[in-house]
Amino acid sequence: MVLAPIAPAREAELRALLDSMNEAPGRVNPNNALLPFEKFETLHFARLLVLNDQTIGDVGVYGLATRTYPLYLAFLGDIDGEASDFLAEVAQRAFEGLRAIFSCCEGFSAETDLVRWMQSHEAAPIANYVNWRGRTVRRAREEAKLRDALESYLAANTAALADLPPRELHQDLQRFVAAEKSAGRLTLAGEESTPVGWWIKNTLHLVGMPLLFLVALPLLIVVAPFYLLRLRHLEKTDPELCSRVDQAYSDKLAQTEDHLVTNQFTAMGSLKPGLVRLATTTGILWTVNWGARHLFTRGRLARIRTIHFARWVFLDGHKRMVFFSNYDGTVESYMDDFINKTGFGLNTVFSNGIGYPRTNWLVLDGCQDERKYKDFLRRHTLPTQVWYKACPGLTAIDLERNSRIREGLETTSLSEEEARQWVALL
Amino acid sequence: MGRTLMKHDEVDYSDVQGLVHFGYGKMTEASYALLRIKDADAARAWLQVAPVTSAATMNPPPSTALQVAFTAGGLAALGVPGPVIAEFSPEFLAGMTEESRMRRLGDVGSNAPAQWEWGYETDVPHLVIMFFAEPGGLTNFVQNATGPGWNEAFAEMRWLKTANLDGVEPFGFTDGISQPQIDWERQRDPTRPQIDYSNVVALGEFLLGYPNEYNKYTDRPLVDANAASADLLPAEDAPGKKDVGRNGTYLVLRDLRQDVRAFWQFVRQRAGGDAVEGEKLAAAMVGRTRAGDPLAPIQNETIPGIGSQPDQIKQNRFTFDQDPTGSACPFGAHVRRANPRNPDFPGRPASLLSRVITMLGFGPKGFRDDLMSPVRFHRILRRGREYGPELLPENALTPASPNEPERGLHFICLNANISRQFEFLQNAWIVSTKFSGMTGESDPLLGNRAPLPGCPVTADFSRPRAAGLRHRFAGLPRFVTVRGGAYFFLPSLRALRYLATIGSG
Repeated sequence: MVLAPIAPAREAELRALLDSMNEAPGRVNPNNALLPFEKFETLHFARLLVLNDQTIGDVGVYGLATRTYPLYLAFLGDIDGEASDFLAEVAQRAFEGLRAIFSCCEGFSAETDLVRWMQSHEAAPIANYVNWRGRTVRRAREEAKLRDALESYLAANTAALADLPPRELHQDLQRFVAAEKSAGRLTLAGEESTPVGWWIKNTLHLVGMPLLFLVALPLLIVVAPFYLLRLRHLEKTDPELCSRVDQAYSDKLAQTEDHLVTNQFTAMGSLKPGLVRLATTTGILWTVNWGARHLFTRGRLARIRTIHFARWVFLDGHKRMVFFSNYDGTVESYMDDFINKTGFGLNTVFSNGIGYPRTNWLVLDGCQDERKYKDFLRRHTLPTQVWYKACPGLTAIDLERNSRIREGLETTSLSEEEARQWVALL
Repeated sequence: MGRTLMKHDEVDYSDVQGLVHFGYGKMTEASYALLRIKDADAARAWLQVAPVTSAATMNPPPSTALQVAFTAGGLAALGVPGPVIAEFSPEFLAGMTEESRMRRLGDVGSNAPAQWEWGYETDVPHLVIMFFAEPGGLTNFVQNATGPGWNEAFAEMRWLKTANLDGVEPFGFTDGISQPQIDWERQRDPTRPQIDYSNVVALGEFLLGYPNEYNKYTDRPLVDANAASADLLPAEDAPGKKDVGRNGTYLVLRDLRQDVRAFWQFVRQRAGGDAVEGEKLAAAMVGRTRAGDPLAPIQNETIPGIGSQPDQIKQNRFTFDQDPTGSACPFGAHVRRANPRNPDFPGRPASLLSRVITMLGFGPKGFRDDLMSPVRFHRILRRGREYGPELLPENALTPASPNEPERGLHFICLNANISRQFEFLQNAWIVSTKFSGMTGESDPLLGNRAPLPGCPVTADFSRPRAAGLRHRFAGLPRFVTVRGGAYFFLPSLRALRYLATIGSG
């Protein structure tokens, strides 16, 4: 994520530039002149937005003075491969467009080196979630094409194929796909080999985090009672700020929502003051990040199956936090999903934000107060000016189905039951 | 917990409009007046003495009933103060035709509000007055009940007439079989996880002022006690406040025009002209036979909130657990979409440990496991009535005559949270082309078939088979068109008196 303070005098100009990238509010032009997103074959999602936090005054409930923060522009991309490669490519292909955009930010002049400037403004997330590790945009597109090809073939040959036993149908479709591949009509590239460096880093992360935890455990045990006492006290006294959200603001957000089967979400707010809250947030998000990287790598974040990508980023010396996600369905169903399926997880992270509905032992209550939680979240939601999705019609479940279809096809021999389950995906 | 819940006062049925408690099945005649307020004083005067029927059981039962509900604009026209109105839920205030809502509800293309007969922009009614009567009684009842002040008070936008099709909706299927059982006595503790499907739903899901399925209270106006509100009941969750919403609820009304001929001609044609196969396809699209028997298998275990009469067992003692492949009842069948009958967790984890394992994401991992939100948060109480003359399937195969009468459903549902109940259900389960792991198909009856960006195919219907390739039907026509609709507040009788006096002088 590139994060840069906007030059106050240039904000209006920047907003006009961002709007020019859309066909209509909430509907990006994927081939817009400034940043033709669809030209980047490793880009799943992208967004550009002004981080205009409406709630910076909330620290007042703790008797703290409202701080003045710069107004930031954020540019995010969820990509395959290395960020540095993507930045180099985007800087090359969208040179003029990006310069026009970033020239509205502080410290960007005609002489600035674009790539270096973006790198120096990189804001690293503390936690990152990817729905399906290793599924590249290219792979997602190939698998979507594969499904379309199978659909057409099945539709055209229903009479001959409909009553085949599953294993025979599986074999027939394998033959069909092999023929399509050799005729050059279908491509199913093999898994790209994982770079050794990535593999080493990943293994170190996998082992390192638990090791660090073990090393720190004696200290944690000593600190735990004091931590819990303090946390319980805070939980009982931290004020809630869950007033009804301003309808005009909510309507403005809604304008950009529900144009596709997938939506974007950005929420921002200030952390509760004090070390306990900061330590809790950091510890939980390290855990989330570790889990997302090593455990929840195939289509599920705990029970949630609708999130494509998500990330959490600290801002302004850990005073504020911003959360980004790309999810399927409406914001209402997204929030219901969280409350009903992973309320505990939601509470552990977001209850460290000022005004969150009261939790109990960190995991209980909180978002279970549905009305307060939804108002809280809507109030913290930011409008996203520009949002791009590479496969606009595909949900995370669609992508999973397509991947399962492909995996089944590439399995030489299926048992009767496996074949039945595979055929049921078609 | 159960004991503390029972401490509360019982619901005062005489304060609740009867429609929440009864479907008025014996009153087979009904007509709904969509009105705009012409003169606020006269409207208040009429409403103050309106013979509104309560949910109290009467002996003998009444032979007529009258119910009143307001839109947000109607409350304003009645002179209800802005700050009071502002505390109603956002979706009620914004109305059904707010721009992003149209996308969520599938009200685009031919369903777009700009083409509605009523309910858009200047055509939003202020209130609906619903008249019900036993056979032969409606005309007299309307005449007597409207009375002399009526014309001074209201401008009639239109009358929504209804027809009695004997519990069968216009396509020819028995309707209204499955309804949630309201937990009137508040016996159930909603904070306990629901491992098995239950048809008993918290009172607060259907009546404002009571705990809902989260054991919390839903948005509604609370006011300081004053002269006008003296009669209102107190708010359970806010000491010192009077509850304008208590014993009231939200009412969703949608005029759904049904193309009965298109439906039966489609299934007959796709069945190769075979009448029996055609009816089977129609049943697969609905998820029940025309007589109302579910295609999903009946289970032996009882289901809370579903009775043990033979009819109730035969028609409602089922979940879709016994049909995991969708080969009995397709995943996309209307009844499976409208009520997936799923509890809080996949795989019914009985122990706390197995629940924690599931919560952490290590439960069942099948493709179709855990795709839907638990249904108990998304139930609605249906109170719709049909309109138009009956057209039997066998007579629906000929082309429409030039002056073909209109047929359809005045869909009505009651819910305390429009956004989480009606709108969620309509959006995520009915309109969505991605329901239950499918792609390319929306509700076979209600879908608008409009393409979405990146999803050119939205008009399929699939019938899975236990072993073998699914049967997929492409190119379903649109059988239902939305012709009007609005969100209303159905007040309690006390709140009605309050609303009808607060604005005067």
